[in-house]
Amino acid sequence: MPDLIRLTIDGRDVEVEPGTLVIEAARRVGVKIPSFCYYEGLSLAGACRMCLVEVEKMPKLQTACTLVATPGMVVRTETPQVIEARRAMVEFLLTNHPLDCPVCDKGGECELQDMAFRYGAAESRYVETKYHVPEARWSPVVYYDRPRCILCYRCVRVCAEGMGVGALGVINRGGRSEIAPNYGDHLECDECGACIDICPVGALTSGMYRYHTRPWEMNHVGTVCAFCSNGCKTTLGVYHNEIIRGNNRDRSGRNGEFLCIKGRYAADFPHHPDRLRTPLVRRDGELRAASWAEALALVESRLRDALTRGAPIGIIGSNHTTNEENYYLQKLARQGLKTPHLDHQRTGDVAALMAALAGRQGALATMNDLYEAGAILVAGADLAQQHPLLSWQIRANWRHHQARVYVVTEGPVREDRYAARSLRVERGRELEGVLALGEELRKEAELVIVFGDSIQGEAVARLVAFGDSLGIPVKYVCLVDYANSRGASDMGLLPDLGPGYQPVETPGMTLREMLECGDLAVLWVVGANPLAGRSGRPPGFLLVQDLFLTETARVADVVLPAASAYEKEGTVTSVCGEVQRLRRAVSVEGTKTDLEIFGLLARRLGLDAGPRSWEAVLREIAATVPGYDLPVEALIAGAPLQVRPPAGAAMSRRGAIRSARDTLFTSGTLGRYARMLGQVREAPGALYRG
Amino acid sequence: MLHPEPHPAEVLVLTRRFRLPNSASIETYLATQGYEAFRKALTMAPEDIIEEVKKSNLRGRGGAGFPTGLKWSFVPRQSPKPKYIVANADEGEPGTCKDRLLMQYDPHALLEGMLIAARAVGASAGYIYIRGEYRYLIEILDRAIEEARQHGFLGRNILGSGMDFEIYTHSGAGSYECGEETALLESLEGKRGVPRLRPPFPATSGAFGCPTVLNNVETFCAVPPIILHGGLAFANLGTPKNGGTRLFAISGHVNRPGVYELPMGFNLLRMIHEVAGGIRGGRKLKAVIPGGSSCPVLRAEECDLPMDFDSVARAGSMLGSGGVIVMDETTCMVRAAARILRFYAHESCGFCTPCREGTRWLSQILSRFHRGEGRREDIDLIAEIARNMLGRTFCPLGDAAAMPALSYVQKFREEFEAHLEGKPCPYEEVTVHA
Repeated sequence: MPDLIRLTIDGRDVEVEPGTLVIEAARRVGVKIPSFCYYEGLSLAGACRMCLVEVEKMPKLQTACTLVATPGMVVRTETPQVIEARRAMVEFLLTNHPLDCPVCDKGGECELQDMAFRYGAAESRYVETKYHVPEARWSPVVYYDRPRCILCYRCVRVCAEGMGVGALGVINRGGRSEIAPNYGDHLECDECGACIDICPVGALTSGMYRYHTRPWEMNHVGTVCAFCSNGCKTTLGVYHNEIIRGNNRDRSGRNGEFLCIKGRYAADFPHHPDRLRTPLVRRDGELRAASWAEALALVESRLRDALTRGAPIGIIGSNHTTNEENYYLQKLARQGLKTPHLDHQRTGDVAALMAALAGRQGALATMNDLYEAGAILVAGADLAQQHPLLSWQIRANWRHHQARVYVVTEGPVREDRYAARSLRVERGRELEGVLALGEELRKEAELVIVFGDSIQGEAVARLVAFGDSLGIPVKYVCLVDYANSRGASDMGLLPDLGPGYQPVETPGMTLREMLECGDLAVLWVVGANPLAGRSGRPPGFLLVQDLFLTETARVADVVLPAASAYEKEGTVTSVCGEVQRLRRAVSVEGTKTDLEIFGLLARRLGLDAGPRSWEAVLREIAATVPGYDLPVEALIAGAPLQVRPPAGAAMSRRGAIRSARDTLFTSGTLGRYARMLGQVREAPGALYRG
Repeated sequence: MLHPEPHPAEVLVLTRRFRLPNSASIETYLATQGYEAFRKALTMAPEDIIEEVKKSNLRGRGGAGFPTGLKWSFVPRQSPKPKYIVANADEGEPGTCKDRLLMQYDPHALLEGMLIAARAVGASAGYIYIRGEYRYLIEILDRAIEEARQHGFLGRNILGSGMDFEIYTHSGAGSYECGEETALLESLEGKRGVPRLRPPFPATSGAFGCPTVLNNVETFCAVPPIILHGGLAFANLGTPKNGGTRLFAISGHVNRPGVYELPMGFNLLRMIHEVAGGIRGGRKLKAVIPGGSSCPVLRAEECDLPMDFDSVARAGSMLGSGGVIVMDETTCMVRAAARILRFYAHESCGFCTPCREGTRWLSQILSRFHRGEGRREDIDLIAEIARNMLGRTFCPLGDAAAMPALSYVQKFREEFEAHLEGKPCPYEEVTVHA
């Protein structure tokens, strides 16, 4: 630990690490120095001049956001000179500001408003004509209103540095300076909206949210994004039981300020006009609306019939349902319905990794490890497309800690730009590429290996053996596609493994076998669309629980309208094995959560699958599922906690594993129902990834 | 503008070749001790070169007046990174046109000065960042560079010394701000011309993140005579702490505007009345901007002072770039201020708040004032806006706008008051000769 620097801020002694900025040192002792352009984690600007402070022995006021603390420094942040300078800066910023706060999206959560309230003068001395530029639409997501802009360049920096995209720049100069897309009049970017959230004023507004309501009229619900497996926290803005925005402006959650387009702008799917709001029952060859009682009675009779006859029942689980639902479903299947035929659409071989690491401590990388580890190896994945938070974390690690990044992929990826080594290999030969890097990797102090679906089965065991041979601490991330893909595996929605990857006595059919075998009496599909891209349907009774009339639901005998992740409580497990809590933001009339549906059916069938409140199921999971022995109260309170590779974990030897290779603008079936994802124009691939 | 004959008061050191036939050619240059200073520098230890420059009391001719030898000594010679020499030829300060003559009539002196600097700090490449409006000078410089290369003064293993050095010209694109050294470096690197955060200073992290010596054209041109004749000889031409001569560009209401090389410390009134031939039409002197438009204006009665960095600073202004702008009694000082602030509002890069908003606001008020729409409270508001900018902007451009604005209000308040209540400007439109 290097010697601490001692300095005085407003008469208070502060000790900070060498290199600490005065603005940060002040924060440690509760002194908030106002600023606009300063943003932790981005390069320094020193542009807004709000953070001017007085420093002894320095003749001029200094910007606290660029000044590094030195021993014995005496800083004053509230002297008459400083207060006067702040008042002047607010006045300068307001000279050309339209002051259209009553109709501005940012009104109520605007930093300029707050600053004017705290430091500004009540009277305006500016009587000249204001400079006006019409508002610009840069994409369906991003709008720019120059007159409101205070030119703090946070947007430019978060795009270039945080996202590694660099879609924004500055044009013109002086008072006519404007933020502008670097490619003419439109954005060619991830459409992530980071520029909008990071904007301290209402200059950048979102196509989804703009002019919908005022911030104080919404409920703000912090939950986990429903799309990919990265487990970003998103704060949903709910207005009259409708989700009208998502953001993470408070930087809470594993993802800090990061969200991709899905986390910010795809949260409107619960309200899509095609949303199922009533059960459907096939009559005379047509799916027709039915009551819950009617639909459940029909399902009950078909299941009873199969149980009585001893006819096989197959169950396909979901990548999107909660851990509690997944656990309950497998328990209901194995113990209640006595069927071994259980699977889900697998997108990464988590089982093989758990088997290879069985019982080890500290072998799974957390989301934070990706930001802090000295070296990262990415094998067989385009993270910027499919796992944008991982991509963000690794980029931040490189920017802040000069992490060494190794890439082994089929094509170019964004990580190439700063990678210590980038290897191009044929698809399927990623492991060979990794092994070839042994000499270089051995020189690292530690390593996190991130691998995709092209390393599966025995190859995963070889990968871990290779990691062990390096003689350095190695942690792993097995990439999976969706919000609870990881949890579906962990909870044992697998034909040959139960919860915690424990082998079951009688392995059942795989997903594909269930679709193709032709003799299932009942196929029960929960939150999945396995018939997409297939023709025909299995001959038995087909029950589907889903949000929308998917290809699979369309040919079902009964369709039950389920609640989405934004409409329920529970937990999901991220790609890094971090268990996080979902919170209900809205409710959609006519739907029921999957857990509730399971419970209703269990009761009708007289099966006891245990209590069915989500907390009770979570307690049972923590008590019984290997690797999930986590403090439940902490999880319920919202703390993300990481699971461990369970002792006795085994590989799954049955069934196919394949990632759907979604892009930033697609997300399996669910992505089709998010309005904004369909509207953005995907930029040319080379530029976009390059 | 160069007169056919020098004024008798001039001391020709940097301008001594200006009136020779084909003065820009390498033949003329070589015939007049050209590149002899560089040959001498090759025999000197690098630290001795810097020591000699320190002894000369040469101070940066771009405007800030920082001691050149000291600046060179900040470059970490031991750094494994390449080092660069950059000449600031972005002569943009209104009232200043001295570097233009140096490059037009004696381009090799600039090259030789850069070569000596390169020798002193171990640099391998040099750039001349030249304002876009000086396009015709780029041709002259490129020709000189080619001549120097053909004579073995540039390229690999120069004169068998083992030293490698190349010089490139690089055109600016019309921004005053790119005369600020870090904005210049950004522009040189192909980026938007906005200033950089300092520290690090260019001496340690300049062009392309490498140690860089960055000086004004005139500064480099002063180096060969310093090495050839010794730092002391150069220092003795000026006053203590202000070594050598200086090229003063005298413009405005004088009979003989032009660029004159005068010893540091030359009296300003003598400069106007003797060297520049006095005020046009026998009118009375009203005000002088002593060092380019960014310097506070001096009233006529303040002008009996020696023109060196320290004396002008004591008088409340700056020697700046040596652009002396003379205004006679027919000049409307409100109009002068409005014109100057219009320039700064146009040239502010817009990066930081007080400069971007302050220059625009000042320009708006002053223009309105000159139109006869001023309010009494505007006079104090101008001063307050200027004070709110002073010392609080990211780079010196904000000060360059605020200082003159403040000075016009403070020193010519009566003229502002004469414009109040819708009165027309009491001065006739005058044409300013450059």
